[in-house]
Amino acid sequence: MGIWSCLGTTLDEVRDALYNGKSGVIFSQERKDAGFRSALCTDVKKPDLKPYVKRNLRQFMPEEAQYAYMATRQALEMAKMDQEFIDSHEVGIIYGNDSVAEATMVALDKFREFKDTEMCGSGAIFQSMNSTISMNLACLFHLKGINLTASSACSSSSQAIGLAALLIRNGLQDYVVCGGAEENNMYGIASFDGIQAFSTREDAPTKASRPFDRDRDGLVPGGGAATVIVEDYEHAVKRGAPIIAEVLGWGFSGNGDHISTPTVEGPARSLKHCIENSGIKDIREIGYVNAHATSTHVGDSREALAIAQNFGDYRVPVTSTKSQTGHEMWMAGASEVIYSTLMMKNDFIAGNINFENPDEESAKLNIIPETQQAHFDMFLSNSFGFGGTNSTLIIKNI
Amino acid sequence: MTREEIIQKVNSTLAEEFEVDESKISPEGAIKDVLSLDSLSLVDLVAVVNYTFKIKIPTEDLRKIETFNDLYDYIEQHAK
Repeated sequence: MGIWSCLGTTLDEVRDALYNGKSGVIFSQERKDAGFRSALCTDVKKPDLKPYVKRNLRQFMPEEAQYAYMATRQALEMAKMDQEFIDSHEVGIIYGNDSVAEATMVALDKFREFKDTEMCGSGAIFQSMNSTISMNLACLFHLKGINLTASSACSSSSQAIGLAALLIRNGLQDYVVCGGAEENNMYGIASFDGIQAFSTREDAPTKASRPFDRDRDGLVPGGGAATVIVEDYEHAVKRGAPIIAEVLGWGFSGNGDHISTPTVEGPARSLKHCIENSGIKDIREIGYVNAHATSTHVGDSREALAIAQNFGDYRVPVTSTKSQTGHEMWMAGASEVIYSTLMMKNDFIAGNINFENPDEESAKLNIIPETQQAHFDMFLSNSFGFGGTNSTLIIKNI
Repeated sequence: MTREEIIQKVNSTLAEEFEVDESKISPEGAIKDVLSLDSLSLVDLVAVVNYTFKIKIPTEDLRKIETFNDLYDYIEQHAK
């Protein structure tokens, strides 16, 4: 696992931030001055790739690919997958990404200013394709297996992990670098701000992201990158890899309805498929649910009903780590698997910060408001996106 | 702009853009080798010169520019 997020740029930093209920949300004067309705965002450290990647190769990498590179370096190191191993095996990559706004804008601004395509520069075409992360990382790490970007809005990187597990289960790949990244600049989400989806609690940034709370007023956009190495179990054992957890099940569904307003039925079906696919006999084996809940009124309510529907009278502990990280969008599926795994490995559930009062729907869930010591060996993680795309993963401790 | 000013500006701009030590740039040095340019990054050389000196180097002229001296000459001849 590797992470580059507003909660930290190492797994240890992120674990501590989760445990201590730290919020990564800040107010950005730059965004306010630029005309944002909500100038709330997250503070993600800018990585310095100069020591690792030469200038001519960095030219191909937009911000999100740089985050992804740093997260992937960490993940490969932790997995003890060095270059010699990669060079002699077919290692693939499936990475979640669904925007390249700043890179595209910068290149086209130059084109329009100078009326000359060459002024876009050598890197622009590679930076401004949605598959920029998978193409860059595959070349930089010399990955020779599947090379694919998963684009399904805010479920992108959850789908990436699910797809990788499916390919491995079917014997088509043995090792897949998986993850998701999200550009954290203001251009990536300016139009998202324009549809009034963001919290305007600018006087209290750390209180703004409040999934499931009665007084939530919208999401806070975040960014960064998260990478996990998904590997066939037998191969991992054979090479002596440190095995962290198992992708036990994947479920997905489409709402086939409104482009931004989710249903209850669609997400509920994603959970149901995932639970069935995982083959677990007793739903009480799932000790924690990491909800998709982004702090929007409709989204959180519909998800609460979908979770309640699937878990029945079992009041499984539920939180949304977006209360601390904001909504990491294309990165969220992978980052939340990492956040939840860190909790599972360290025997705690990070509190859903800012959850003060339930509403009618969230009252049906067992939402944990403050960090709790808790041992669990299995969790379920939801990721839902625009267009009604839903993905659910169940991860088991090893 | 005097030739000295052109040389100074070219060297500092290219050293920064292509991340090379300015001391490695000499009039007789081969641009492609010193700046580690390939067919893609050559586009950046054209863009940087255009941006800095407002001079567009056409492909047929670019082929004739091999050393830094050639580039100084070209800019000196085409500077407005």
